[in-house]
Amino acid sequence: MSFDWLFLLEISLAGLGTGALYALTGLAFVVIYKATRVVNLAIGEMLMIGAYVFFAFAAGFALPVWVAIVAAIAGGGLLGAFVERTMIRPMLGESPISVFMVTVGLGSILVGLVELIWTADPRRLPEFLPNEPIFVGDAYVSPKVFYGFWVAALLIVALLIVFRFWRGGVALRATASDQAAAWSMGIDVPRVFSLSWIVAGMIAAVAGIVVGAIGGISSTMGIFGLTVLVVVIFGGLDSIAGALVGGLFIGLVEAWAGAYLGGEFKVLAVFTLLVLILMVRPYGLFGTHEIERL
Amino acid sequence: MRIGLARPDYVADEALIDSPTRWAWIGALFVALFAFPFVANEYWLYLACLVGIHVASATGLNILTGYTGLVSLGQAAFMGMGAYTVAVLQARWGTPALFNLVAGGIVAMTGGLVVGIPSLRVKGLYLAIATIAASFITHFLFANWDSVTGGTAGLTVEPARLFGAALDTSFRLYWLIVPLTIAMVVGAANLFRTRIGRAFIAIRDRDISAEVLGIPLLRYKLLSFAVSSFYAGVAGGLWAYFFRVVTPESFPLILSIFYLAAIIVGGMGTILGSILGAAFMAMVPELLKLVVGWLPLGANATLVLSPVRTIVFGALIVGFLVFEPQGLAEIWRRVRRFFHLYPFRT
Repeated sequence: MSFDWLFLLEISLAGLGTGALYALTGLAFVVIYKATRVVNLAIGEMLMIGAYVFFAFAAGFALPVWVAIVAAIAGGGLLGAFVERTMIRPMLGESPISVFMVTVGLGSILVGLVELIWTADPRRLPEFLPNEPIFVGDAYVSPKVFYGFWVAALLIVALLIVFRFWRGGVALRATASDQAAAWSMGIDVPRVFSLSWIVAGMIAAVAGIVVGAIGGISSTMGIFGLTVLVVVIFGGLDSIAGALVGGLFIGLVEAWAGAYLGGEFKVLAVFTLLVLILMVRPYGLFGTHEIERL
Repeated sequence: MRIGLARPDYVADEALIDSPTRWAWIGALFVALFAFPFVANEYWLYLACLVGIHVASATGLNILTGYTGLVSLGQAAFMGMGAYTVAVLQARWGTPALFNLVAGGIVAMTGGLVVGIPSLRVKGLYLAIATIAASFITHFLFANWDSVTGGTAGLTVEPARLFGAALDTSFRLYWLIVPLTIAMVVGAANLFRTRIGRAFIAIRDRDISAEVLGIPLLRYKLLSFAVSSFYAGVAGGLWAYFFRVVTPESFPLILSIFYLAAIIVGGMGTILGSILGAAFMAMVPELLKLVVGWLPLGANATLVLSPVRTIVFGALIVGFLVFEPQGLAEIWRRVRRFFHLYPFRT
């Protein structure tokens, strides 16, 4: 029996679609990490909140989809700002471990809130992506995954341009490379901290809407964030390029494991990969290798 | 009022219990613990056993997180390893309970070493992330290694036998769980009077200085993680004997967060903190049940309970970290200081 290349291609395309969403969420993680050195374990839960706000506006209040999208992005930004001011700012200067655990607590609070307001039952988002089947060459791609990929890709490109040219983006990069130097050049570093959380909240909200459109939403979709954690470790915690490459790669690995080994092997493959990365290259593909042997 | 203590030698200075007053209090505590099962009803005995298990596991996590400065989100996974070891040993060979518990601890410890070796070579939060991976991988093993773990249905556990008696009620289990927990807590307290425990604290406070002082960092971090996993394994074994059924869903990631919350709320880096925190966190759901019961929610009450519990756990973690990072143990110290200085400082 010859190897079914078409099947591999279809699986790979689906994997790349999911991978683009991992990359997008990974970007949200990296923005926070670069600017504030906070490992944000609650990124998956922030994504979930974005999806649920969209759900509330689009299905609950029956508003047009584009209004709901704008509302969800605004909601994600507000959540980011609120979290930064009330939980992260007071922890400035504390050990990274304490701040990390604050985000663990935050994740738990967000999950509880969603279950309290919308109950733990899974929901479906209203259909808003075009529905006709799409073929790349001979390979069939689910339209949702296809459009999800392009939404993620366009947003990533837009963000990269914004970080490159917009004043706020430059301030973000300056703060990331040296906080004291940025401060002495007149950059309001605390505001950049807020900004990074707001931007991350917005990105997470968009990712949440697309993830929710593909797979439905539930109070356990924060698990997505744990895979994103693997993505950013793979790419390097402080590397945007790493998040992009890592996202696509993890998406592919997950899809292959799911197709050839069975659905329950997805999680296993991803986390086994994580252990391998930690053994071989703990600072990630493109991460800064801090020269400090301990 | 307490003025001071005359300590004639270093042994007296290093003693865990340093004054006759403290001996008296400890004695009173032991009497209370001994008398408790004879006066308490079934519900309170159940809670006491649960608190005992939580204290054992939280103490283990505190050795790692509070004293060595490493975060683990896999405490539940290691408890699961211990619980499954106990369940399998009990079902297949019917070996003595104490032997099973120690074996559970050793299996969890081995698991800890496997997870620790790749992630402890580098500084930072990698252990936390590797332990998340560990909890997913162990969950996969528990759910899919059917021949040993019984798959998603899990395993039922025969009651433990001690001196010929089957420990099938909370009253009987109390006499297994509480002494073991006390032994583990005292062991942990004594650990930090030894060279090894001091090394853990040195690593937490400043890893570079510790290395300069001649502490091999990787070895001691691994040791700390191994000890912590051992505690988790034994606690998991007790869990298996207590609930008498082990399934893959018994040890979710949220349970690891529960233990993290317990030591944060109780106070990281203190033995008292693990005890207070574990007891407090075990009581919180019961308290919430009461509060939610009072609210006029009707049939919704049970529906609301679980999300509210999740929120309260998260809020306790964040609130204590922001407002009272030293936890309940610090509050307890403040109360004690108030009485020590009573007439002078009010």
